[in-house]
Order: sequence, then C-alpha cells, then structure tokens
Amino acid sequence: MKLVVAVIRPDRLTSVLEALFRADVKGLTLSRVQGHGGETERVETYRGTTVKMELSDKVRLEIGVSDHFVDTTVDAILQGARTGEVGDGKIFVLPVERIVRIRTGEKDRAAVTPVGVPAG
Amino acid sequence: MAPINGSDTAWLLVATALVLMMTPALGFFYGGMVRAKNALNTLMMSFSALGFVGLAWAFFGYSVAFGHSSQWCGGGQYFFLRSVGLDAQGTIPHILFFAYQGTFAIITAALISGAIVERMRFGAYIAFITLWSLLVYAPIAHWVWGGGWLGKMGALDFAGGTVVHINAAAGALVCAVLVGSRKDYARQAILPQNVPFTLLGAGLLWVGWFGFNGGSALAANGTAALAFVNTMLAPTATLVVWTMLDLVRTKKATAIGAATGIVVGLVAITPAAGFISPISAIILGAIAAIPSYYALLFRASTRLDDSLDVIAAHGVGGVVGALLTGVLAQKSWNDAGSDGVIAGNWHQLGVQAIAVVTTIVYSAVVTFLVVKLVAFVIPLRADARDEGLGLDVTQHGEEAYSHGEGAILVLDGRSD
Repeated sequence: MKLVVAVIRPDRLTSVLEALFRADVKGLTLSRVQGHGGETERVETYRGTTVKMELSDKVRLEIGVSDHFVDTTVDAILQGARTGEVGDGKIFVLPVERIVRIRTGEKDRAAVTPVGVPAG
Repeated sequence: MAPINGSDTAWLLVATALVLMMTPALGFFYGGMVRAKNALNTLMMSFSALGFVGLAWAFFGYSVAFGHSSQWCGGGQYFFLRSVGLDAQGTIPHILFFAYQGTFAIITAALISGAIVERMRFGAYIAFITLWSLLVYAPIAHWVWGGGWLGKMGALDFAGGTVVHINAAAGALVCAVLVGSRKDYARQAILPQNVPFTLLGAGLLWVGWFGFNGGSALAANGTAALAFVNTMLAPTATLVVWTMLDLVRTKKATAIGAATGIVVGLVAITPAAGFISPISAIILGAIAAIPSYYALLFRASTRLDDSLDVIAAHGVGGVVGALLTGVLAQKSWNDAGSDGVIAGNWHQLGVQAIAVVTTIVYSAVVTFLVVKLVAFVIPLRADARDEGLGLDVTQHGEEAYSHGEGAILVLDGRSD
C-alpha cells in the first residue's frame, strides 16, 4: 500500500479529479495549502506597499492506493496537472504501514479497495 | 426659452448622483458572480468606465449625442465642453444636463463587461469601451434623445430601454462571440464567489434606478413621480414572478435569481416608466420575468459564453419593455407620450419595433468593427496561463482576498 501525495495548481484540480475518476481512483482527501515551488514570485502593489508574494495557492491531494494502482494514479495526476510551466507541483509516493476503513474495520488492501470491487 | 427652475435642478442633481452610483453597484452585482481570482478585475471593469468613458463623454461623446447637426449624428459644437455652461437646457443648467447624460453613457458601456469577464485583457477592454461609447452609444443616444430620427418618428424610450439596455446587449453578444468563451466554460463548474455582493449590487442598482428613470423626466413634476413609482412597482412584480418560476422549477427560491429578477424588472420598465399607468407597470414587470428567465436557462445550455447573461437580462428584458411600452402607453398619464395598443393605437407598437431592430443592427455592426479595430492593436484575450491564474493577479497585481502569508515587503524598490 502506498500514500500518493500530490501538490498541484488549484486551477488544474478539476482536470486532475476528472482524470482520477476516469482511472477509477475514487477515494481521496483534498486540502488547500500554500507553497513555493521555484516559480517566479508575483509582485503586488497595494497603494504605497509593494510586496513579493513568495507563496502560491496550491491544492494537496492525498490518496491511499494498493500497490498495483500507484502507476495509474500517478499517470492520471500527471495528465491532469501538467501545464509545462514552473509551479505545476510534485507527486510524492510514500509507504504506508497500516490502513483501516472506519466504517467496517477492514484493513490494509481491503480498506483502499472501492466498495463493490473485489480486493484482488 | 424657459428659465432655470430650482426644484427641477435640485432633483436632477440628486438623480445624477444616483445614476453615477449604479456603475459601482453594477460592479458588485457582476463581481459577486465571478470566481474569486477575477473579482477585482470584474469590479474594475465597471469602476474604470467611470474614468475612461466619463472623460470620453466630456471631450467628445456629449457633443456627438446632443450636439445639433443632422438627425443621424450630433455636431462638434460641444467638443471639450465648449459652450456647455450655466444657461438653461430645458429647465436645468446645461452642465447638469451634460453630467446627467454622462452617467448613462458610463453605465451602458460597463454593462457590456458582463459578457466578457474572466478572460478579456484589461487594456483591450478599456480601449473597447472608450471607443464604443463614442461610436455606438453616442450616435444611438442622438437618434432617440438628441433630436435624431428615432425620436422624430415617435419612438417612446423614456429612460433608455433601447439606447442603454438593448444597445448594450447587442454589443455584449458581439463581444462574447469575438472574444470567445472562457477556457473553463462548459468544462468545469464556474461558481459565484460572493452571492451577497450580487444582492448588494442589485439593491443599490434599484435605488440608483430611481434617479435613472425618475430623473429622465428632467424635471421635478408628475411625470417624474410616475416614473419613480413605476420603477418601484415593476421590479416587485418581476421579483415575485421570478421567485415563483424558481420555486416551480427547482423547489428553491434562489438569491441570485432574486437579484436577477430585480434587474430584469428594472430594465423592462426603463423605456415605459413615464408613459404607462402604475397598474400597467406591475403587469409589464410580471410579464418581463418570463422571457428573460427562459432565455437565461437556454443560454446556459449553449456554447455562447455570455458569462453574466447581459443578453438575457438587458437584451430580452429591454426588448420586452420596449414593445410593451408600445402596448401599454397612455396619453392620459403623459401628454408628451403617445397612446399604445390598449388605447387603440397599433401604430406605436410598429414604431417601437423599428427602434428595437435598428438599434440591434447598428449596435451589432459597429461593435463588431470596434472590437476588430481594438484586436488589431491589442490582443483581446489574456494569455491562457494568466486566465488560469486569474486576472486579478495578472492584470492588476492585486488579490481580492489576499492572505499576507509569504508576502515580503519591497522597500524603495530594493528587493532585499
């Protein structure tokens, strides 16, 4: 089992979600975060105050998947999130020790298999 | 020539301020309906019209609209406010008449922004509305109010149903087509960032509209009172019918629906305000809700990204209002008007239809030329990347809702 963590552009979120759902990746968690990924900072001016904005709004996705689904998930995120410009984000794949589905108590691989699909 | 009248002047001073307020109000009405990343840009599209169109009006537009020349276009005798002084224009000072009419030019140009929000390059927009106010708005204002051929033919347009609303909507249609859809349009959900802003805008528009319609009597008299009361009554009926339609269709009375219903009622009563009875105003407001409501639903199912439904609200509402003016007008309520169909005069309906059609045709054709001219010099659209990031940051270097985290102060241009 792996945890796929992706930090992406907010305006690519819809296309990433579409790509994930098309690839049958159905369970995910989303948070709105801020980060800096080497993109050129934006300069903003409010009356006399000029500031460099070092942080940009990003969206962080966390997706628990079984091993054979990792590539599918990563590919879907790549396809949906890439614009080719600096600041597209990163994907991290992390090992996971345990997963428990709260509703049923199912563990590990069964816990990240969508309802109705045999864990195989 | 009649001398300047104190009460007329007092009312028009107030009315001018009320109509000026409608343009920021429109900014909030529109600004609430776009995404947060484009909120300032959308508001700026209205606010900047106050400056650019206002100045163009003072330098050239007023003379084109109200100068004396042919019945097609005004002359140049008022360019740069030459001979616009304290002398009487009707019963109010000429400069006040100029300022009052200027507020109309400003909001008409700003109305078009609803069709191109969230993707048009700001510089191109500014160039467009400035030229548009001179080449489209001013001539049509001349036709109807400046001694031009539509006014002479007897077309009834009390406060600008054709000049302002139908005209802006025809321009909006052409702009939406030429600028093209937003890249996310019909691909992903585009939700309003702040519905309370939209309601705030609709409320302030209603208040401002008392100056727009009531002031169009150009006097503090019975006709002004009639227009004022009709401006209160027609949107009440539109709001009720709109809410009913919402309830029947979705089982919910939506807030954006209420705001839209108010604006549609105001648009529809505009040409009729000083010519029809208060009961007729209620009937007009009620009827006007229906075509606009369904036009809006239909538009959303098409590829036409008239983002904030200028055509459904101002075009359809304006046409319904202009035609119903020809039906409901009664000389017993206003001597200076004419009788409509209910008083047995079918001819008036034909005249109204001619005014509607010629306005649409002229506005569409000349808007097309103006947009093409601007596109020749400045690209119409923001880059796709900028559109994704949002126009607030990319066009204005500001955010509507900034966090402040990660902001580093730049002192004296040094970036340390």
